[in-house]
Amino acid sequence: MDFTIILQAGIASGTVLLFATIGELFSERAGVLNLGVEGMMLVGAMSAFSTTIATGNPWLGVMTAMLFAGIISQIHAYIVITLQADQVVSGLSLTFLGTGISLVLGEGLSKAGTVSLLPNFSIPLLAQIPILGKIFFTDQSILVYVGYLLVPLAWFYINRTRPGLHLRAVGEYPSAADALGINVFRMRYFYVFVGGMLAGLAGATISLAVSPGWFSELTTGGQGWIAIGLVIFAQWDPIRAAVGAYAFGALRRLILDIQGPLLLLGFDNPFYYNPYLGFFLQMLPYLFTVVVLVIGSREAMRKRIGAPAALGNPYIRGERGK
Amino acid sequence: MAESTALNKKRSPFRIRVEPRLSEPPAWYPAAVTFAALIVALILGGVLISFAGGDPIRSYQHIAKASFGDIGVLSDTIVKATPIILAALACSVAFRMKLWNIGAEGQFIMGAFGASAIVLAPVLPAETPRIIFIPVMIIAGMAAGAVWGFIPGYLKAKFNVNEIISTLMLNYVAVAWMNFWIFGVWTEGGFQMSPKFPQTAWLPRLLEYAKTFPAFRGLTTHLGLVIGIVAAVILWFIIFRSRWGYEIRLIGDNPHAAQYAGINIKQNIIWVMMLSGALAGLGGMSEVSGVVHRLQTAPLAAGYGFTGIIVAWLAKLNPLVIIVASILFGALILAGREIQPSGVPKMIQGIILVCLIASDFMLRYRIVIDRGEE
Repeated sequence: MDFTIILQAGIASGTVLLFATIGELFSERAGVLNLGVEGMMLVGAMSAFSTTIATGNPWLGVMTAMLFAGIISQIHAYIVITLQADQVVSGLSLTFLGTGISLVLGEGLSKAGTVSLLPNFSIPLLAQIPILGKIFFTDQSILVYVGYLLVPLAWFYINRTRPGLHLRAVGEYPSAADALGINVFRMRYFYVFVGGMLAGLAGATISLAVSPGWFSELTTGGQGWIAIGLVIFAQWDPIRAAVGAYAFGALRRLILDIQGPLLLLGFDNPFYYNPYLGFFLQMLPYLFTVVVLVIGSREAMRKRIGAPAALGNPYIRGERGK
Repeated sequence: MAESTALNKKRSPFRIRVEPRLSEPPAWYPAAVTFAALIVALILGGVLISFAGGDPIRSYQHIAKASFGDIGVLSDTIVKATPIILAALACSVAFRMKLWNIGAEGQFIMGAFGASAIVLAPVLPAETPRIIFIPVMIIAGMAAGAVWGFIPGYLKAKFNVNEIISTLMLNYVAVAWMNFWIFGVWTEGGFQMSPKFPQTAWLPRLLEYAKTFPAFRGLTTHLGLVIGIVAAVILWFIIFRSRWGYEIRLIGDNPHAAQYAGINIKQNIIWVMMLSGALAGLGGMSEVSGVVHRLQTAPLAAGYGFTGIIVAWLAKLNPLVIIVASILFGALILAGREIQPSGVPKMIQGIILVCLIASDFMLRYRIVIDRGEE
């Protein structure tokens, strides 16, 4: 086993989580919890794959995925922002809806064969760096590089720009933001849309780059939920989100690759000789998410870092308090 | 007058305002809104089906005929509804406390596993009489489900870990855990299932009494239905007639008031999660012992726990209404198996839930129409 190869593939599969996590982070920073990530990712993965098959152009696929997932996210936005319903239940229903729609429209796609995928390439100079160059900059999908750019951009946008300040205000203290003339409702709709587009991009990253194809619900396999967990672990900070996403990506890869070789660290590989032990490996990402949540929650309690104060609450003009 | 203003178009003849309801709506109103939401959902579902190239009217006709058409399919519908009843009860008790247990699916699977372990380990020999076998399996299933509910409950109470994510993650862990036992330990000749249970570990079914009551011939409705109804009635009493139920409702409605009233919220989180898990586990037991008769992944991890979420919400968390709502969804799942494209039932479930949540707005707000005069 060559660990640089595992990490290289881990970065690619971590990019899926990265997009979904950053998207959810934007939505939550605006005060809207969207538990529909899994559904939006499925819609994205399905529409990206389906469009690419129909047109032969993966870029059109990516754009359709982002647009379709963004539109789906607006159902949630309407229900929780305008109709002021419970965000938890609405988000759940969005996951159901997205899963159902992608299964119906994706019928038969799993047998559709191969499509032209997004290009992979290496970055000329950076790829020469020993070890790191191989892991990060050699033969990666273009979306992986988009991910590298997204992290600092998201951080800078949220923490150092005026619209980012407005975004935080809307999530922390919407009535104050409203008093300053920020349109709380419009901002929330917009960032839910951003979250939806990024979830769609995450889905497209799966079906057009990381593990190409459409495998119904197994396409995402719960990664949307892991992304929501990662937002809590990241304490709503894009850079921590990136660390978490890549670490999880590497873990997922490691689990796949550890079952291959005959020898593991010089011993007979138990996972090779008893394949059913692999089910314990399959549990790891999910168990790890729970562990990460415990760590994140404890740290948040200790440092008194909280979620955006208005997260989960509808904003109603003229009402006291939040 | 109204006509002239309308023609003038300077002022519209009436204005529609939305304002919060200050008084409770009449008792029939929520039921009517829920019913209307269901109708809207079915219409939207029909539109989407025709987009996907299906025929909505044929699909719905098919659902009705294939699930309520005659006594045989009605019995099959009830069989499908049974696990949903228990899963929905599990969700409803947790949701009542605003505890978002999304893990009924995993707790259901662990319940099926716990009950199966009694047969397969084996804890009890195959010759054990049914009257002992079934109760032991029930206890084991509920205990396994309760353990699976305890973990997120404890993490929530102790470390404030978000229960939505933790329960959901444990669903995936439960599936992998069951697969390990099915593939690695209890496999039947390398196939992806355990050996069939001895008949003494089966819940009694109606068809067994066909000799005495010929009408029961071929009906697979099993004792799980009775278990589900009894559980629903008991849960109704707990929620609406007991002190504990009052605490649960108070915590759900107003946690601050509950805290000031001296209610131990953390302890309640753990207990309610365990009760919720035990109910879902009971559902798993009923399904494995009443229908599947062996430990097998596909028919057990079939999403009953997730359907339970929608049903609980449709029934407004009322345990008795859950029974009716479950039968509706049992019909949808049963008939949906033959509908093309195959994702249709899942999509309709999603649309129903979306419409239900949106319709809550009509309960909290009322629409007032002002006539033109001011």
